[in-house]
Amino acid sequence: MNRTPAIIRPFTARAGAPVRPAKAALNYLAVCVAVIAVVWASLAAAGISLNFDFVAQYRVRLWDGFCMTVGISAASLVISLALGVLVAAGQGARLLPLRYLCDLYVKIIRGTPLIVQVYFFYYIIGTAWGIDNRVLAGIVILSLFSGAYIAEIVRGSLLSIDAGQLEAARAVGFTRAQTLRYVVAPQLVARTLPALTGQVASIIKDSSLLSVIAVIELTQTIREITATNYNFFGGFLLLGALYLVLTLPIMAISRHFEKRLDYAH
Amino acid sequence: MRISLDHLCKSFDGVEVLRDITFNEEVSALAIIGPSGGGKSTLLHIIGGLETPTSGTMAVDGQPIDFDEASLRAYRTTLGFVFQDSGLFHHMSALENVALPLHVVHGVGAPEADDRARELLARLGLKDALAKRPAQLSGGQKQRVAIARALAARPRLLLLDEPTSALDPEFTTEVLDVVRDLAEEGTRFIIVTHEMGFARHACDHVAFLYGGRLLEYGPSERIFAHPETPELSRFLSRLLEWSM
Ligand SMILES: Nc1ncnc2c1ncn2[C@@H]1O[C@H](COP(=O)(O)OP(=O)(O)O)[C@@H](O)[C@H]1O
Ligand SMILES: [Mg+2]
Repeated sequence: MNRTPAIIRPFTARAGAPVRPAKAALNYLAVCVAVIAVVWASLAAAGISLNFDFVAQYRVRLWDGFCMTVGISAASLVISLALGVLVAAGQGARLLPLRYLCDLYVKIIRGTPLIVQVYFFYYIIGTAWGIDNRVLAGIVILSLFSGAYIAEIVRGSLLSIDAGQLEAARAVGFTRAQTLRYVVAPQLVARTLPALTGQVASIIKDSSLLSVIAVIELTQTIREITATNYNFFGGFLLLGALYLVLTLPIMAISRHFEKRLDYAH
Repeated sequence: MRISLDHLCKSFDGVEVLRDITFNEEVSALAIIGPSGGGKSTLLHIIGGLETPTSGTMAVDGQPIDFDEASLRAYRTTLGFVFQDSGLFHHMSALENVALPLHVVHGVGAPEADDRARELLARLGLKDALAKRPAQLSGGQKQRVAIARALAARPRLLLLDEPTSALDPEFTTEVLDVVRDLAEEGTRFIIVTHEMGFARHACDHVAFLYGGRLLEYGPSERIFAHPETPELSRFLSRLLEWSM
């Protein structure tokens, strides 16, 4: 029996059931139109008129800021990936001081706001250790921050590889290196990929906080522009849109990996 | 093949799990039986070089076994293991599970390893499951893949630790049939099992492990017909209580 009225049937789907692409597109479009309409109406009610004329005027600086955000994020991703894998391995180390150091690092980073870390590392450690290149400092700070989250992602996946497989690997005669290469690494990659891609989106967004130490990335660029032209709504709306340009495709990739993982198990 | 254990002891964190096991016998089809926690798995792991004893010595066909990791690894490659939960690699197909160790550990060329894996899987009735991953196989199929993997490098001894304990009855029969067929073709094996019918009829000898001690050892007919210790009598009558 199908009790859904014919009129709303194009807009419904059972939970968990696949949705036809045409139907999905139609519904997505409807939602987007509705959201834009609400935003538009709200802006109008508040008496704000949006103006994006500044884009042409500042396009070089905007592009530079955009590139800086992408560059800092990419560099931080690479470093934090290496750091995260090392720390996750370190959390299982036989040497207790090393194990607890890794544990403490993850706890402190995950337990404090990024802005605290930015100020702390930049002003205190940066001054003490003589790192006065803001971009470099920014990359180090963001890598330290993201590394703790990646360590947690990797550690979770490591724990989910059951002891039975590791014992079987020993039983068939694999060395430790062969076990790592043929048994642990492939499963680790498959299992962490969805969460890791999600982390890439986080890094991109979190890099905006480096504006507080005046790294001229996207957010800082907009802050500087709006400080002179006072077009805050236009500026920050554009800023949000530019981050979405980067993060939306990444989230789509993450979903894709998630689905592929479902099939694999 | 002759397995010699001399005053073998094993403790985990000071708790003695195997006490003074001494054993020197020809092994061709041996069942290890006994109540849970009696040390059966631990003993099988030591015989298989997956665990080291706290004290005592072990020799196989007169060759003393060294308990350093490198020697043990080399020793393990001459054996085949099957565990209760199969231990198949989740991300590999049945075929890869069998062929990869053959290729990587035993240096068999990839195409030859593939052929050998296909042949073995077909022999164990898994011709249609070659490309499937463990998650797509039934419990009985998984255990047969695990047996194929254990057999791939033609081990001198097959070690099975409760290979049917996690299976439904119909799969239990399917797996035990495979082990019996292998035994009839001359594969030597040691099996830890609670299937007394299998221990009695498919194994020539039985070892009874109780509280970490090897309480009885003998031909399977004798063990079941004339248990000598009260512990074994009690163990067997408990098991028979609900059987037809
Ligand atoms: N890795 C281990 N660490 C600590 N205790 C263990 C370990 N393996 C087994 N044991 C203990 O040793 C005893 C015998 O276990 P096991 O050999 O698995 O017995 P069985 O296979 O006969 O059930 C049990 O009490 C078990 O808790
Ligand atoms: Mg056991």
